[in-house]
Amino acid sequence: MSAQITRTLDLKGLSCPLPIVKTAQAIRELRSGELIEALATDPGSVADFEAWCTTTGNELVERGEADEAFRFVIRKK
Amino acid sequence: MAVQEAELAVPAHVHEEHSKHKKLVIIAWSGDLDKVWPQMILATTGAAMGMQTTIFFTFWGLFSLVKDGVHITGENWMQKMVAMMDRPGMEHLKLGKMNFAGAGPKMMRHLAKEHKVASPGELLEMAQDLGVRLVPCQMTMDLLGLTREDMIEGLGEPVGATAMLLEAQDAITLFI
Repeated sequence: MSAQITRTLDLKGLSCPLPIVKTAQAIRELRSGELIEALATDPGSVADFEAWCTTTGNELVERGEADEAFRFVIRKK
Repeated sequence: MAVQEAELAVPAHVHEEHSKHKKLVIIAWSGDLDKVWPQMILATTGAAMGMQTTIFFTFWGLFSLVKDGVHITGENWMQKMVAMMDRPGMEHLKLGKMNFAGAGPKMMRHLAKEHKVASPGELLEMAQDLGVRLVPCQMTMDLLGLTREDMIEGLGEPVGATAMLLEAQDAITLFI
């Protein structure tokens, strides 16, 4: 059973660096341990979300595709 | 949905060394649209990655911090001439190449909108929201006759080269 997603960000169509910048802005509103879901179409976002989670310490718990977009689920540190 | 085993996007050594550089200093020297853009993209990204990010604006870079409504800056005719030949402000930047009397930047901004690339002005707002420190260079402000009143809100105190280099000592430093 998957945990509850607190917030979903629709970042479809947005180009670098907006998917990451908007995720960083949005995750500030979450509490530690809460999940944020991000949907992006920028092909660069696959590498960017991975790199972003590595440096920030937030956990990339899911990565896949949904609604013709890349889907990332991130647990706030 | 199951987690996909996509190609590893981050080289292995990054995992071990990522904590080394937690600071980013961008020396924003250029006032060309095609250089201000990467200044803003890298600053917002650095801040989003949790890096303590500072942009040090000097020479032509200072003019992108001039308020939109301010056309002429400077005290004497030479300083005023600089602003007259090159209108200050984030919305009036020229391209470093293919400017074509302003047609180039217009086309570039149009393309950017189509591709949902944020404008430098929008990115500057995001940078401020993410806590990027925007620091003007005191010496070039004096040289070019720019005052705090000419410039946008939310800037740090103007500093000199020493303060900037001190900040840059343990940071990734980019000169753009």
